[in-house]
Amino acid sequence: MKGHPGYWAFLVHRVSGVLLTLFLPAHFIALGSALEGAAALDGFLAWTALPAVKFAEWGIVVLLAAHLAGGLRVLLLEFLPWRDWQKTLAALAAAASLGVGLAFALALAV
Amino acid sequence: MDALRVRVWRGAAEGAFQAFEVPRQASQTVLDVVTTIQRVLDPSLAYRFACRVGMCGSCAMTVNGVARWTCRTHVDQVARDGQLEIAPLRNLPVIRDLVADMSPFFDKWARAEGRFRGARTRHDDFERIAPQSAPRRAVDAGIECIGCAVCYASCDVVAQNPEYLGPAALNRAWTLHNDLRDVARRERLRAVAGDAGCHACHTQMGCTERCPKQLTPTASIAGLKRAAAKAWLAGEL
Amino acid sequence: MSARGETLLWLAQRASAAVLALCVTVHLATMVYAIQGGLSAAEILGRTRGHWGWLAFYATFVAAVAVHAPIGLRPVLGEWLGWRGASRDVVLAALALVLGGLGMRAVLGVFG
Repeated sequence: MKGHPGYWAFLVHRVSGVLLTLFLPAHFIALGSALEGAAALDGFLAWTALPAVKFAEWGIVVLLAAHLAGGLRVLLLEFLPWRDWQKTLAALAAAASLGVGLAFALALAV
Repeated sequence: MDALRVRVWRGAAEGAFQAFEVPRQASQTVLDVVTTIQRVLDPSLAYRFACRVGMCGSCAMTVNGVARWTCRTHVDQVARDGQLEIAPLRNLPVIRDLVADMSPFFDKWARAEGRFRGARTRHDDFERIAPQSAPRRAVDAGIECIGCAVCYASCDVVAQNPEYLGPAALNRAWTLHNDLRDVARRERLRAVAGDAGCHACHTQMGCTERCPKQLTPTASIAGLKRAAAKAWLAGEL
Repeated sequence: MSARGETLLWLAQRASAAVLALCVTVHLATMVYAIQGGLSAAEILGRTRGHWGWLAFYATFVAAVAVHAPIGLRPVLGEWLGWRGASRDVVLAALALVLGGLGMRAVLGVFG
């Protein structure tokens, strides 16, 4: 039973969650390099200015926004009384992640 | 008259689709098509039905890949280019042809404490339950289940985890949990909490998408999750 | 796992999710604001060094993540890799410690 909005919301939520979990240790280690001084962190940040890395960063931000939106969907479904607006929720979740993705892409470009 | 090209599952777990041509009729249901095949073209075809009006829940099948109640599904709604593919329900063992074995489905209702347990006898007065009270309305929202197993056949979690109680049994447990006359709430919550019960649901909502009675088992399962959490916090689980 | 164990995990997952919903929103807004004109260590550290508010915020963030990610990974390992039983829970507990440890190290790194 695949291909309906709830299924896609579930799949995006799960895959983004797994990818974010894989990304987190790297993120923490990079920021932890600030322990060795600003120069070490700057060395890392110079690497993040590469276009390919920037694109990956954008992807991670979109994953984070998508996971947030998918999580809010689940919280609302589980804790609020509802009947007929579950598809609206899935659409809102998609729109919110898209919005954050656009905002971050614009900010990257500035 | 137009002919409908129909492929029907023959056999059990092992088997194949058999092709039939069935005359097209006005207002024809999928159950009418199956009945025509069995009465006119091949009397050896096995299928199950009883009421033909959407009350008994016995005629559900997989029609063009989607679980449906066949007696209330018009051919117009589901035929693609004059073709139908009719198979038994998914997630259940197949007995023969279009007949799925419903035992695992109803065994799970029993495992989910899906029966009413009251404390009053004929000598007691009636329990008075306000029709507009929140628990009574929660019961109303789930009580019209006809046990057709369309939700169960549409659930990806059941497909992955054969132990999972499934949407119908959990929906039943939720209606009983909200029945103020019932005295087995705690046992029922213990039976339905856990990774074979309500906590296995991923809110994909295949059940809610497909329920022919437009129930929302996903909401019932969410209610059980909240009730289990409340009971756990109160030290009663 | 038992009914009580699963219920506890569900509660922890939803509670951490509620905390994360706030943290991630703030984090996303900060990122969109901070990324403009590129990132520099001076800029990041200028914002966070010696700032107790950011320390408390990110420490909460990391703690919630360390709870949330392993619980979320649990059914994925069970359903997609068929990995269930005690060994899965031991590895996930270790993951919680690693995420918490690395995360707090990073928070302290940008704080002082």
